[in-house]
Amino acid sequence: MKPGAPGVRGVAVGVRQPLIDGVEKVTGRAKYTADLPAAGALVGAILRSPAAHATIRGIDVSAALAIPGVRAVVTGADCDIAYGVIPIAQNEFPLARERVRYRGEPVAAVAAVDAATARAALDAIVLDFEPLPAYFDDAAARAPDAVLLHANKPGNVEREVDHVFGDPDAGFAAADLVREERFHYAEVTHAMMEPNAALAEWDAERGRLTLHSVTQVPYYVHLALARCLALDESRIRVVKPFVGGGFGHRTETLNFEIVAALLARAAGGTVKLELSREESFLTHRGRPQTDIRMKIGLARDGAITAVDAEIVQRGGAYAGYGLVTILYAGALLHALYRVPASRYRGVRVYANTPPNGAMRGHGSVDARHAFESLLDRMAGELGLDPFAVRRANLIVPPWRTINDLQVNSCGLGECLDIVERASRWRERRGRLPRGRGLGMACSHYVSGSAKPVHWTGEPHAVVQLKLDFDGAVTVLTGASDIGQGSSTLIAQVAAEVLALPLDRFRVFANDSAVTPKDNGSYSSRVSFMVGNAAIRAADALRRELIQAAARKLEVAVEDVEADGETYRVRGTDRELGWKDVVNAALEPSGTLSVKGAWSTPPETQGGKFRGAAVGSSAGFSYAAQVVEVAVDEETGEVRVERVWVAHDCGRAINPLAVEGQVQGSVWMGMGQALGEETRYHDGLHLRANMIDYRIPTIAESPPIETYIVEAPDPNGPFGAKEAGEGALSGFLPALTSAIADATGIALNELPATPEHLLAAIVDRRRAAQLAAAKAARAAGGA
Amino acid sequence: MPKRILDVTINGTRREDAVADSTLLLDYLREQLGLTGTKRGCDGGECGACTVLIDGEPALACITLAARCEGRRVETIESLARSGRMSALQAAFHEKLGTQCGFCTPGMIMASEALLRRDPHPDEAAIRAALGGNICRCTGYVKIIESVQAAAEARE
Repeated sequence: MKPGAPGVRGVAVGVRQPLIDGVEKVTGRAKYTADLPAAGALVGAILRSPAAHATIRGIDVSAALAIPGVRAVVTGADCDIAYGVIPIAQNEFPLARERVRYRGEPVAAVAAVDAATARAALDAIVLDFEPLPAYFDDAAARAPDAVLLHANKPGNVEREVDHVFGDPDAGFAAADLVREERFHYAEVTHAMMEPNAALAEWDAERGRLTLHSVTQVPYYVHLALARCLALDESRIRVVKPFVGGGFGHRTETLNFEIVAALLARAAGGTVKLELSREESFLTHRGRPQTDIRMKIGLARDGAITAVDAEIVQRGGAYAGYGLVTILYAGALLHALYRVPASRYRGVRVYANTPPNGAMRGHGSVDARHAFESLLDRMAGELGLDPFAVRRANLIVPPWRTINDLQVNSCGLGECLDIVERASRWRERRGRLPRGRGLGMACSHYVSGSAKPVHWTGEPHAVVQLKLDFDGAVTVLTGASDIGQGSSTLIAQVAAEVLALPLDRFRVFANDSAVTPKDNGSYSSRVSFMVGNAAIRAADALRRELIQAAARKLEVAVEDVEADGETYRVRGTDRELGWKDVVNAALEPSGTLSVKGAWSTPPETQGGKFRGAAVGSSAGFSYAAQVVEVAVDEETGEVRVERVWVAHDCGRAINPLAVEGQVQGSVWMGMGQALGEETRYHDGLHLRANMIDYRIPTIAESPPIETYIVEAPDPNGPFGAKEAGEGALSGFLPALTSAIADATGIALNELPATPEHLLAAIVDRRRAAQLAAAKAARAAGGA
Repeated sequence: MPKRILDVTINGTRREDAVADSTLLLDYLREQLGLTGTKRGCDGGECGACTVLIDGEPALACITLAARCEGRRVETIESLARSGRMSALQAAFHEKLGTQCGFCTPGMIMASEALLRRDPHPDEAAIRAALGGNICRCTGYVKIIESVQAAAEARE
């Protein structure tokens, strides 16, 4: 069997492995960006726009520059090069130029000897702004007479998508039941625990820049710094220290990272820029406020005949990831079930709110809630159990969706069986006491976007291994461990292939001066792509070691077998220990460096239509979950009592980490479903803190019974697929389905706050009273 | 800004440091003493990432003035590992994956430490109550509860 093929399992893969950098985290030794020693560094601070939309007539920084201890002040005049994560949609400046488009947009920044001086300098900057009309929802922004946020985007529309696959009209005509409903979703945000921070060091003598930052994708930061500072890429070094979560917030290069570099260059020194929690909220890039019209056609047996969805996202003031998000929302209507025909219209709208971006489950979450909710209700009308309607539409791989997504493995059927049994669904659904309910839903996600954002022709992932005189294997990777455990996984994969103990490995990650380029931690790509590259790197090292042993033992390569740290002539007791085989391997040319690279197979890279790359993936994960709730009908409060979730991750390389990822996904879905919501008043963020932005605490977080399903993917490393996103979106529809089971109320709006649910309960009570009164009158009149 | 000499015991060592009246305990620990294990996660009293023990009781270093610690004992995450051995809580959070990104972890462990000193055998409800002020964005808390339970058993 070839190395890394599904089914291989031994010394490291499949082991419940604590994180290889976990000791640093629990002892407080882990250094995050704000923890890095920076004696003598200047303190950076950002002045933010008080206006939601205004023309910048002038910014007077002279008084700020005159304050003793102020070393640099920069404004939009210091950088006239736009940046943005998508090469065809770069319309943002690190510091606003000519116009501000949201409250909190950076307009100027200072570097000073201490924080108090920096604050005084910000206060001394005089802004001369002329207000413009501002738009806080998509309808106002799209009004015919609305001022354009960006001159080249008529109607304030960033991107419109019109996709038709198969024959949806014929599909609806053939359906036994067609239903259409509208849904509304509040904007949510990542709120990772570590606030944003960057440490920028400008080496004035050599014209070189080193930036330490909280990024998920150091490579993107590297490119953006080179672009905005007009520096050759070779003069820049980007380092990612420990990072306190990301969830998509840190996939794009963020304005403060470029601002820190601009300040360091202007001041000719080192600048530490720590954003407050409020500023981290304003940096945003979260999931957009979304309106959905969803229409589904079903045959009597539950088979989907057609889907028609229209999705409008309020994307905030700049392009960011916008076009990708609106494309994902349509693309991932597919690949969970068999969908024979679909129509999708997506509209991404600009508004004067902080820019939206990628957030865990990117693009798929709100659309999945609308789809699953409608499917559930239609199943009810057809007299089908929610599990039965899902089973009627299961994909049997290999399967190519009508929008050209390639599904090579699918364990959804097993996921359904497990959570149905574990939750005792058949005995309990619809039979719980009033106020208690069970709901279920399914979900899926990509294991990495099959086409990278920057198409250079290079492999998608590269891992290097270094073996030297000390006998340690150093893994060099650009994959960003942001807490999900990617460094641990890469070491496990290499250890498995080489059959060496894990503590022979050291992972050195994310220093552009040393580690290979990597496309970073987004779209759940690392396990799949970097895992595959690690297999190839380790296999290259294994072959070197076997050849060395063969030379030393004077036998043919085929006669050498590796048994952990011992290399032996097959069938004899002639062998070399680790030290000797390493010496033999280093003899011809010294320190050994090997490399492994991997790219997604062409057939998984999507179709030929415009926007086809988004949603394409070399492997899809699947999940099913059941949620049990208790609803207080007097207060509208929903309490999640328990969740049963099964996730198909292909192969659990680290089952401990898979559980952690799945639980975290389900729980983050719960946060969005129950209470998280940004709010703005005339563009002013009203919830830019960890209390008003209602993240669930441990007190209201339920037990999550987690089951791992392994439907190995032929392209995955040891069969593995993603585990960190796929279970998120299923929580939302499972929750509202459970609320419906408990109360009979179908919520089409999230979050399901007590305020929303109570309003629905009261409405229903009034309607019932009205109907009763009417009936009484009718009876009296008869 | 007026300064005073602060007489305080930090992680078992008595110190005298010149500290401004307005200096927060968090900044004193991080900036003056280099004890960066205590994290700043919010703008004041929202998230629990800066939880330390003052005279054995959990406190938020980001809303405590350093001057208020005069004559008191402050313990941070750096104090828990003794002679190269992690404490039971540290070992459990590591082994049970009670930590993912790790940023809430020092505060979470210090709040748990206060709980286990007070109540060596907490039930699940007691754990949830004791950690109610500590936000974690990664784990969904499931493995945090398992970690505290495992540590309670290991401490016996």
